[in-house]
Amino acid sequence: MSGASKIPAIVTEVVEVNSLIKRFRFVREDGGPMPGFSGGSHTVVEMEDDGRRRLNAYSLMSDPADRSGYEISVRRDDGGRGGSMFMHARVKPGMRMQISQPVNLFGLDLRAKKHLMIAGGIGITPFIAQMAQLDGLGGRFELHYAARDRELGAYMNELSARYGERVHRYYDTEGQAIDLPTLLKGQPLGTHLYVCGPKGMINWVLSTAQKQGWPKGALHSEEFLAPPVGEAFQVDLALSGVTVNVGATQSMLEAIEAAGIDAPYLCRGGACGQCECKVREAEGELLHYDHWLSDEQKEARSHIMPCVSRFKGSRLVIEL
Amino acid sequence: MTQTQSDEIMKSRPRYGVLSYRPGSTHFIVADGEGGEAVQSLFAQAPEIATTAHIVYIPGANGTDLSAALETLGAAVFRKAPSYGAARQRIQKVLGDAHMGLQLYAAGTEGLIGQVQRDAVEAGLPHDALQTEQRGSLARRVQCVHCKGITENVTTDPFVCSHCGLNLFVRDHYSRRLAAFQGVCIDAEDPGEVPPAVERFK
Repeated sequence: MSGASKIPAIVTEVVEVNSLIKRFRFVREDGGPMPGFSGGSHTVVEMEDDGRRRLNAYSLMSDPADRSGYEISVRRDDGGRGGSMFMHARVKPGMRMQISQPVNLFGLDLRAKKHLMIAGGIGITPFIAQMAQLDGLGGRFELHYAARDRELGAYMNELSARYGERVHRYYDTEGQAIDLPTLLKGQPLGTHLYVCGPKGMINWVLSTAQKQGWPKGALHSEEFLAPPVGEAFQVDLALSGVTVNVGATQSMLEAIEAAGIDAPYLCRGGACGQCECKVREAEGELLHYDHWLSDEQKEARSHIMPCVSRFKGSRLVIEL
Repeated sequence: MTQTQSDEIMKSRPRYGVLSYRPGSTHFIVADGEGGEAVQSLFAQAPEIATTAHIVYIPGANGTDLSAALETLGAAVFRKAPSYGAARQRIQKVLGDAHMGLQLYAAGTEGLIGQVQRDAVEAGLPHDALQTEQRGSLARRVQCVHCKGITENVTTDPFVCSHCGLNLFVRDHYSRRLAAFQGVCIDAEDPGEVPPAVERFK
């Protein structure tokens, strides 16, 4: 079985946080404690959507010290492939679901003297768990959280109430923006920087920090990609001897799984590297969407990440 | 009987580079002995570094003293110290007061580079945040695994622990936390059967 092993769970709470975001709480079906996790971890939620199996990764936002359950927040993406729509429309309290063991690709570096967190929109969720963890440890942190407007700034009031001056809020519609160059300049030596949010924000934060001479080892980011919608294509699996048709709204990984092949995966969002596959033949264009492969690997057309990347051409053969 | 292990099989054996200018708010440079030459090259490469540079220089245990030449580089701050131990408080103070954007450079003996790295990590920097360049003596800083005492400037293998007097074989096994190589008793099974000391780290 690929992926992290599964936990049979029951949904105990579904809370409408605002017009776009819902929060879900899972407890174990057998009533036991959940596995411990560290702030920044995610779980992969399995959805049975009328015969179609969807697997989406969501950051755990509950207190890591609370082993009684896990909480996630899901932002509804009306133009997406349907996972978040399923969570919003179909998941109700009492429902049984499979979720994966927690996996952390965005952990805190606890050797840091200070943790500077920058969140955009729904990118706040991993930080909620991280701040609870740091608060318990007496760690020093500061959050800068930007959202479109007051209504969509999920959890802002709760976080301000809990952590006071350590939480800084910015609303786009009110013309507020993070003064990043000044913020980064003033950080004491030994600060680590964490950013989670839209791609543009992550690039802006990381490139500004690098320009100011921040070492790479002090910079951390996370962005889960949803597999993009594209044109249908065919892929030959050399080791399994199977040809798979990938539909327009299906990811290559999903199509491979639907064909009964147990392909490796963890995050399903182009971040962890687990599903990396060697390309044997490619007559056409490899459409890379991941954060994992190096530019050299992409240029060499030697590898592909089936979780998010696609193909356009006459023939693709991968080693799977 | 033990024998010298090759660098290839010891993953903890540190590797060093060449100092090169990186943009940053301030430039903190610590060097000893011939490491001063690496500092001169760095300034030749990027003269604009001077106005925001702070140099701490420790003349080498082998007598090399480039402090007169380094003083003329025009660094905003230049300090000479007799040993790393004497300079350490200043180094810790500078790191403790600094902001992100500071660039850290260490050049000279492995003992010096390792100690700067240790103090940088203690200040919260990632271990690969500092630039290093090994120059001059290959003398090692070695910790006796038996008495835990550290002997500076070890040039021969085996050598006698300056704390407990055991005959120690110098391994390539390196500790970033201690900034020292590991020294292990070479005649534990057959006391007194010690191979002749060879000058391995000149």
